[in-house]
Amino acid sequence: MDFLDIFLTVGFWAATVRMATPLIFGTLGELICERAGVLNLGIEGIMTMGAMVAWMWVYQGGDLWTGILVAALLGAAIGILHSGFSVYMGLSQHVTGIGITLLSMSLSYFSFRMLLPGISTPPKITPFAPWPVPGLSEIPVIGEALFTQTPLTYLAFLAIPAVAWLLYRTPIGLAVRTVGENPMAVEAQGINVFHLRTGAVAVGSALMAVGGAFLTVSVFDAFYFDMVNGRGWISIALVIFASWHPGKALLGALLFAAFDALQIRVQQASDIAIPYQFFLMMPYVMSILALIVMSRRAAYPKALLTPFRRGER
Amino acid sequence: MSEDRQIVLRLNGITKRFGPLVANDRISLTLERGKVLALLGENGAGKTTLMNILFGHYVADEGDIEIFGRRLEPGSPKEAIAAGIGMVHQHFTLADNMTVIDNIVLGTEPLFALHQNLAAARRKINDLAREFGLHVDPDAKISRLAVGERQRVEILKALYRGARILILDEPTAVLTPQETEALFATLRGMVARGLSVIFISHKLNEVMAIADEIAVLRHGRLVARRPRAGAGKEEIAAIMLGKEIPEPKRTPMPAGAERLRLDGIAVSGENGSGLHDIALSLRAHEIIGIAGVSGNGQSLLADLISGLIRPDAGSMTVNGQPFSEFTPRRAIAAGIGRIPEDRHATGVIGDLQIQENLILEQCRSPRFSAFGWLKGRAIARHAQQLIERFDIRGAAPTTLTRTLSGGNMQKVILARVLEIAPKVILANQPTRGLDVGAATYVHEQLLHARANGAGIILISEDLEELMTVSDAIAVMYRGRLSAPIPAEQITVEKLGGLMAGHGFGEGAQEEAGHAA
Repeated sequence: MDFLDIFLTVGFWAATVRMATPLIFGTLGELICERAGVLNLGIEGIMTMGAMVAWMWVYQGGDLWTGILVAALLGAAIGILHSGFSVYMGLSQHVTGIGITLLSMSLSYFSFRMLLPGISTPPKITPFAPWPVPGLSEIPVIGEALFTQTPLTYLAFLAIPAVAWLLYRTPIGLAVRTVGENPMAVEAQGINVFHLRTGAVAVGSALMAVGGAFLTVSVFDAFYFDMVNGRGWISIALVIFASWHPGKALLGALLFAAFDALQIRVQQASDIAIPYQFFLMMPYVMSILALIVMSRRAAYPKALLTPFRRGER
Repeated sequence: MSEDRQIVLRLNGITKRFGPLVANDRISLTLERGKVLALLGENGAGKTTLMNILFGHYVADEGDIEIFGRRLEPGSPKEAIAAGIGMVHQHFTLADNMTVIDNIVLGTEPLFALHQNLAAARRKINDLAREFGLHVDPDAKISRLAVGERQRVEILKALYRGARILILDEPTAVLTPQETEALFATLRGMVARGLSVIFISHKLNEVMAIADEIAVLRHGRLVARRPRAGAGKEEIAAIMLGKEIPEPKRTPMPAGAERLRLDGIAVSGENGSGLHDIALSLRAHEIIGIAGVSGNGQSLLADLISGLIRPDAGSMTVNGQPFSEFTPRRAIAAGIGRIPEDRHATGVIGDLQIQENLILEQCRSPRFSAFGWLKGRAIARHAQQLIERFDIRGAAPTTLTRTLSGGNMQKVILARVLEIAPKVILANQPTRGLDVGAATYVHEQLLHARANGAGIILISEDLEELMTVSDAIAVMYRGRLSAPIPAEQITVEKLGGLMAGHGFGEGAQEEAGHAA
């Protein structure tokens, strides 16, 4: 297969859209947290937890959608734990975030082992089936790439304008953006900074968990260790790439997913004489380059990483 | 209670402690409808703490607050706003990268509504702006606004929420004299419409100009309360300080050799915030004051002379020698003594001991180190001498510097600077946040250094301070420096005009128009 032929296959574009989905959830979630002034490095662990919990719920006989809901709620709960340390106690957001990631990742693996002892091959569930959008999926190429996906992918793409509307068109969005700029401005207008930040971190973490759940109940049908595989960290980079704007987050997620999809296909093409590890590396190199270019002009939320303590300036 | 003497606010026995410090000690106060109450006192007297309790930022340890006859729930700005209190904080509580209208409507709508009605908000803001003379573009970003405009946004924020009692915390600190007049006009308009104002200040002249009643705080206690009419300025000053502190007198002195010369200095900065064509000549036995509203390039100028940044063009000469390598180390070696603007951040290292802070600039000198080892005994002896000479209170050489009060911390910096008898002293806001006693001490020391032959650049926002100790005053405006005006020819009006940009060249005016 020729290198350029890859771009002509519908499968490549469909894969790009599919692989962008968890990144969109993760990036939007992280973006909401950071807009409120809290860096959430717990994302990798929260995505792992979401993946495990949703899968386990379905495996134990639960419904797919309820599984997503359970993952979201647990994600929110971990988010609240994060904000207990980072917002209420004002501890280092870096340390808290890494701790949350380690905790929830290990907890996921531990629970998996506890609930399913002595299993060597991961058991399977019946995941979401593709749901072709009536009418639109008939369009050649675009129909197959965009409109023959699983429901969670549609949800991710709808979440982008929803989050953008929330942040830029509603009073709560204004408050969230302001608290990430200057918490004192929020406090002085009679809004509780702690509640606001905790709410934002909880909602953001719920989205991250849904992104993780997508992996086990939509793409694959089983839970593997390390299956989140750095998608959380990539989401953090994508937030910077997107300069904290939901619309640009979509662009970043698609770009990264495209490189990832390309990398898989190039690996399989036997007549390309470059070691496959090179292509494995490509998405990450690309994201570093994109960061260098994009983050130059990025105006980050000014109060990011700064805990708010009442009665201090 | 008759209609024209309605009590709108009553503080009953407010006490607030921070650890061992009693910031407010059983303060009781009342405020009448349509009156301006000035809360006067030195820095650290407890004025801001009291107002932060009133606005709900802090909770008082004892005492309660009544507004329009109803008890105010403590510790909640939301309750305070709902009760009709508005506060203009000394450090503005605005989000810089958002628009005026965003900042004003924040918190005024139900949080979980699906959209905002900005059109109605814009109309209301424009109406209020017209009524009270607070002109500002509702769609401008805060970061594009000048300090005076930002303050108008803060006042509009309070009025938009329907405030009946407006607290202003040191509102004139960032204003030119002319802007202060405009603010006073706005306040008088409010009072005429039945609002009440609490005006916090430590500047006596302003208080005498605007207040109906004056309450004086000292060390957390309310020590006097009287109507402005009939109160004498000297009397109030004496109450405020608790004692007479004579301000040191500057005696005329012939200037000596040139100590510092700046020629055509330019530093680029974002959207015109750099330095442009700075020229200055400072001689021995001379103090040149630099006035200006904060943020007009004073910090850059100070950084430049301190050797922290290098100019893009122009030259600097120190004591006749060209100064080309702009590093702090070279600046120290050239004999430039530096009193930085922010003593906590850059003046001292709070977690080091006093003796360590005192040798920071000389730690490589053979006096204090040999073969890379510090000489502990020499350092301690040095510190002990300076502590005695500069009267640093509550301090041993090994005391952690951050435990000192602001005034004593400034003495540590003064000691470090003056001990090496510098040729040039750069004093940037040396008395900011100090009480009158400590400020007077700083002035004495600067005048003393001047008598010993130093040339001094004194950057300050306090015009009274500048006029007391300077031999000449130059004004900074948008990165340009005016020619120094000799002390004999200085008037407040003249300085105010320059601070507002009048009398600067074409270029400055053009940029001013551009930024506005």
